[in-house]
Amino acid sequence: MRETEFAIVGAGPAGLSAAIEAARAGVQVTLIDENDKPGGQLFKQIHKFFGSKEHYAGVRGIDIGVQLLHEVETCGVEVMLNAVVWGIFADHTLGIIHDHKNLHLKAKKILLATGASENALAFPGWTLPGVMGAGAIQTLVNIHRVLPGRRVLMVGSGNVGLIVSYQLLQAGAEVVAVLEAMPKIGGYGVHASKLRRHGVPILTSTTIKEARGKGKVEEAITIGLDEHWREIPGTEKAYQVDVICLALGLTPLSELAWMAGCQFDYIPQLGGHIPVHDANMETTVNGIYVAGDVSGIEEASTAMEEGKLAGIAVAEALGYLSAAEAACKKEVVLRRLDELRSGPFGGVRKQAKEQLHQQRCSQ
Amino acid sequence: MSPEPEDEVIICRCEEVSRKEILEAIAEGARTVNEVKMRTRAGMGLCQGKTCRRLVSRILAEQTGQPMGEIAPATFRPPVRPVPIGVLASKDDEGQSDAS
Repeated sequence: MRETEFAIVGAGPAGLSAAIEAARAGVQVTLIDENDKPGGQLFKQIHKFFGSKEHYAGVRGIDIGVQLLHEVETCGVEVMLNAVVWGIFADHTLGIIHDHKNLHLKAKKILLATGASENALAFPGWTLPGVMGAGAIQTLVNIHRVLPGRRVLMVGSGNVGLIVSYQLLQAGAEVVAVLEAMPKIGGYGVHASKLRRHGVPILTSTTIKEARGKGKVEEAITIGLDEHWREIPGTEKAYQVDVICLALGLTPLSELAWMAGCQFDYIPQLGGHIPVHDANMETTVNGIYVAGDVSGIEEASTAMEEGKLAGIAVAEALGYLSAAEAACKKEVVLRRLDELRSGPFGGVRKQAKEQLHQQRCSQ
Repeated sequence: MSPEPEDEVIICRCEEVSRKEILEAIAEGARTVNEVKMRTRAGMGLCQGKTCRRLVSRILAEQTGQPMGEIAPATFRPPVRPVPIGVLASKDDEGQSDAS
């Protein structure tokens, strides 16, 4: 059995940030990712980030990814790619398949930074080719530079739906409409305005009813919803499209946390069942930490800060940082998290996170 | 093309389980995601429920009146990712096998 001090599952923004923070303090870090390249979803983010300068505002996600990778390489983190963590067992041991070999890695501390999966919606015709998730479209358009189709109907007006719609326009596709089941737009006004300036209608209290076509999507039927989310007969509209994109939010990828025996709480504002954790990002299982979307769906910028918190906390717990040094570092990160969790959108997440922390502390 | 009836809609794509089959399982008494899974195989395919688990929870909530928060996901067991069984069964660097 191989051993390491700190094993991190997932090399997205949270995992990378945790690895850098811990390795800089002197911790032996093994960063594991199932993809052939680290960075998680960062390399799909071709838009500029918001926030203050410390939050990489004005920098594109891909450039942040490149920067984090460079730092990981220079601070001596062991990076295991094409490595699938298939189980977590007693004594902080991970089952990993790497290079077609099954190996066990025992770690003093483990960070689960596994991210999230996209939510689906089942409607007649949703299995037709041409119905796809926003993540798949970002991979096609932003990484492989391939258009998924010519005319797109976007379902969901959260930030992902709005940003991906805009990226589709930039790539040369037509976005016929953005649907939103709620009575108001889900994402930031600044993203919605960009679409509106391009003449893309954002239809609130409207959802997808059906996808039609022979062997592939040819037509989408939409329908209006009343204040109780009931369909209003007679409000159906047909759109000739070849792509229906689903941008309906994310669910934490928390299988490993369940398997490890972590306690969960159901917090819809954070994406569903969330592993209860404290301000150090430690779960209810000693030595197992969470950061990023698996600890509650937020953004890449908050994921990076949470990763740093976990990295600092682990370095402290392993004796590489004194309590005073760690407290000082954490304070800086917590202040930045507070800034990121302000305003009408962030405020809701801040409250939800505090609810989780209180549960962990009351135990 | 004539529209697909709502109940014929596939919920679990990996195992091709329709909404109708899930409704039947609930009518027969299934009250948890695990019970629906054991009756229908929904969530037992290649993606291990990553796409359908939330859809199944939603149908359970709507049919039984339980709030979403009280519907726990199915039990997760290793392997949580599709992995070649030959690799799992092979001996690791210390001569141990996880399939034994």
